[in-house]
Amino acid sequence: MAYTAKIKVTLRQSILDVQGKAVEHALKNLGYRTVESARIGKYIEVTINEEELLQAERICNEISQKLLSNPVMENYSFELEQVN
Amino acid sequence: MADVTVGVVVFPGSNCDHDTEYAVGSFSGIKPVMLWHNDHDLQGSRAIILPGGFSYGDYLRAGSIARFSPIMQEVIEFARKGFPVLGICNGFQVLLESGMLEGALSRNRDKKFLCCQTSLKAVNCSTIFTNLYKEDELLSMPIAHGQGNYFAPPEVIESLEEHDQIVFKYTDASGLAADEANPNGSLCNIAGIINRQGNVLGLMPHPERASEKSLGSVDGRPLFESLFQHIAGV
Repeated sequence: MAYTAKIKVTLRQSILDVQGKAVEHALKNLGYRTVESARIGKYIEVTINEEELLQAERICNEISQKLLSNPVMENYSFELEQVN
Repeated sequence: MADVTVGVVVFPGSNCDHDTEYAVGSFSGIKPVMLWHNDHDLQGSRAIILPGGFSYGDYLRAGSIARFSPIMQEVIEFARKGFPVLGICNGFQVLLESGMLEGALSRNRDKKFLCCQTSLKAVNCSTIFTNLYKEDELLSMPIAHGQGNYFAPPEVIESLEEHDQIVFKYTDASGLAADEANPNGSLCNIAGIINRQGNVLGLMPHPERASEKSLGSVDGRPLFESLFQHIAGV
């Protein structure tokens, strides 16, 4: 069995997201007056060959902390989907 | 006396490795050796330099993949034993990603890749990397980076200050760490920090690009010279 991990990595709120700011300004310049803010993050898909969901979750947490995000300035979250 | 060996690590995407080799080789009694990222052998190096560039294309985050290369496992162990490790620009990013130094470097405040001369000051001249600088001496070195905006949580900044670990700060012409002199938004105008043990230094400016008159500045030389005197036991 395999799982697809859909991992999102985002800058912590306390970190200035300069790319997000640039996109926010561009959207406002396009006339979208109700757009209040934009933040940019990363989306990473990882396929994990594991039988148990718990094991796939454990690996997901481990790789997110070890490599995919930098805990000093980023947060991560993920969803796991079973692949047939 | 045999030359003292200094290792310069080469990652795929390093682009200041040869500049660093050239600068290191200009000191008598010092022999640079290039260390490939996939190797484990530090070839008898007495100090290691992680050069600038875009290791592994800066994919994911600058320095994040380089940190797991085979050579870095040896460099981490080398530093743990107390030997000197210097990280310049991307090398500084690798040191932070590997946890050898505290904090992180995010995108420059003004979004731009900055390639310019900066004025800075060695605010701690008692390290093995800076003891040939004079207190309050104003230095000129170039920077060339897109992600040099130093960040760390308040408790880390406090601890860095308490233990004199902030080594270089961006300053204005009068030597003040003013906001106008801060090119990238770094907290406290931080341009370089050292670890608590005093053997691992990382900085964003390029001392190797300020190491001979024809480059417009020789202010990077005392950094190398301090380090080389230390390892040569002078």
